[in-house]
Amino acid sequence: MTAPMEVSGSEAEAQPEAVLAGVEANKIQGRSLGQIAWLRLKRDKVALGGGVVVVLLILMAIFAPWITKLLGHPPNEFHQDLIDPTLGGPLKPWGGANGDYLFGLEPGNGRDLFSRIVYGARVSLLVGFLATLVSVLIGTIFGVMAGYFGGWVDWIIARLMDVFLAFPLLMFAIAIVGVLPDKLAGLEGNGLRMAILIFIIGFFGWPYIGRIVRGQTISLREREFVDAARSLGARSPYILFRELLPNLVAPILVYATLLIPTNILFEASLSFLGVGISPPTPAWGSMLTDAIRTYQIAPYFVVIPGLAIFVTVMAFNLFGDGLRDALDPRSNR
Amino acid sequence: MIAFIVRRLVGAVALLLVISAVTFLIFFGLPRLAGTSSDTLAARFAGKSPTPETITAIKERFGFDDPLVVQYGHFLHDLVLGGTYDTGTDKIHCAAPCLGYSFRTNQNVTDMLLDRLPITFSLVIGAAVIWLLVGVSIGVLSALKRGSLFDRAAMMVALAGVSLPIYFTGLLSLAFVVHGWGLLPPVNYSSFLSNPFSWAGALILPWVTLAFLYAAMYARLTRAGMLETMSEDYIRTARAKGLPERTVITKHALRASLTPLLTIFGLDFGLLFGGAVLTEKTFSLKGLGSLALDGVIGSDLPVVLGTVLTTAVFVVVANLVVDILYGVVDPRVRFS
Repeated sequence: MTAPMEVSGSEAEAQPEAVLAGVEANKIQGRSLGQIAWLRLKRDKVALGGGVVVVLLILMAIFAPWITKLLGHPPNEFHQDLIDPTLGGPLKPWGGANGDYLFGLEPGNGRDLFSRIVYGARVSLLVGFLATLVSVLIGTIFGVMAGYFGGWVDWIIARLMDVFLAFPLLMFAIAIVGVLPDKLAGLEGNGLRMAILIFIIGFFGWPYIGRIVRGQTISLREREFVDAARSLGARSPYILFRELLPNLVAPILVYATLLIPTNILFEASLSFLGVGISPPTPAWGSMLTDAIRTYQIAPYFVVIPGLAIFVTVMAFNLFGDGLRDALDPRSNR
Repeated sequence: MIAFIVRRLVGAVALLLVISAVTFLIFFGLPRLAGTSSDTLAARFAGKSPTPETITAIKERFGFDDPLVVQYGHFLHDLVLGGTYDTGTDKIHCAAPCLGYSFRTNQNVTDMLLDRLPITFSLVIGAAVIWLLVGVSIGVLSALKRGSLFDRAAMMVALAGVSLPIYFTGLLSLAFVVHGWGLLPPVNYSSFLSNPFSWAGALILPWVTLAFLYAAMYARLTRAGMLETMSEDYIRTARAKGLPERTVITKHALRASLTPLLTIFGLDFGLLFGGAVLTEKTFSLKGLGSLALDGVIGSDLPVVLGTVLTTAVFVVVANLVVDILYGVVDPRVRFS
């Protein structure tokens, strides 16, 4: 704040003074941007709740074999003795749910729904995380390049992002998964399917990260500290990695967190359509497809995997929204 | 203005060429890279239990042994000028725009697409009307009453809405509204022209389910856009010069915050026109999306290729229209 403002007694002055007074009362204390963000995030109970659910889901996916051993039955074990042979549904009400089978039994074969849900988290989270990682890698590289170099590099990358955003993504993903061979690069079966899903979902998601990174880089490029580094003789790689990238971590983190739920939904959609993970590996999307056969009389079997997807996606969204508000104070809420 | 439109048109055609080339590469180039022989590839185009003659005919027809560029040239030629398909037993002429011939169903792909188009159109137009009305008005109200109970509740529902997969909400609504309580008839598509009432009655559930997802998204976007514009200086100016709040909101704030929404709407609309795959599968509607899905599952490549390209055309055209509208609404766009 410069001199004229302090001399004039206008209203405009009130704000900076009030801020100053507040700081003095609290004893001046150095806080890094990260600490400030953490303080804000801690105050946002809804976002924290989302974060806790996310952590629990990750733990559930990692410890799936132990959890099912403790609380359920192996995910592919048939329990046909508990299934009504004429109707195909479980003998007991509520999908046969009880202390032994927490979520009940799948119609037909009588597999334990609880352990299929627990194991399904593995597919969803793995694809969600790794696909996001692919998007972040490609998006950051292209975004930084476009923003930093400008000119024709920027033009080409910007047009490329337009093409990707205009692509009929879901349709395309379905089509590609359909034509790919059964064996590729030493992988086969669901391992290959998973790798393909991660690659396709991640590859088509990069423009979302790329656009953000490009915009941020353009505004950072003109800032004084970059000028200072340049006038001290720093070369492009140094400026890119030591000056720009650290400042891009926050926005990348936020939009990566918000991309994860989108990717989880994407994987579930593909599995629902029958072109994602194939049975018998449990995936939430394909569990919903199985439930279509009986949903008219037993909507319960739709609710269980549907809720699993919903809770996971919602938790990531809540946490991501909170993270954005904490790291970017300008955003409105 | 005309120069602007021409420039956009050229851009759109170029974009379509790029997309068609990439699509073509994926379907014809990838299998080759993965080591699939031209016989196997031809078998994928043929119907069930093809005769060796059919396979040879397909191979020659598509020129699977030619370089990829030549194949792509053939494809474009057929698309613009039409072509003839030899099934081994008889010759079929395929008029332009020829997207290929399905050896599995023995049908022209363009005809198959045209068959399915009305269903997808009906689904998407109805849903779009609902989601625009509901989404935008909730977004605006939320922004104006920021922090109120309504705002917080609406935004919670909206966040839940974008987190709910359409097939989950769709199946649940079918299970309860149609099969459980019998409030609505089952989703059986009938043409609008034959009976508009049964057309609307059958589609109302898919409309609402699809619109719920998008309305949630648009409410969030509208709210964020409104909040941003409401803090602009020109809004303060408009208020300062004594305009009624109503005018400030509708003429100044809403107009500015709706323009970015238009872009997104163009994309969404185009994408859905090319096949609302998930909605169609959930409600067993036989639209473009389910055609593509059937094509993938039955490995009927020409159909898949055709639907993917059609979707791309819809997206590009929708974007073009939005771009031109933008140019009309906002003069800055025209001259940049």
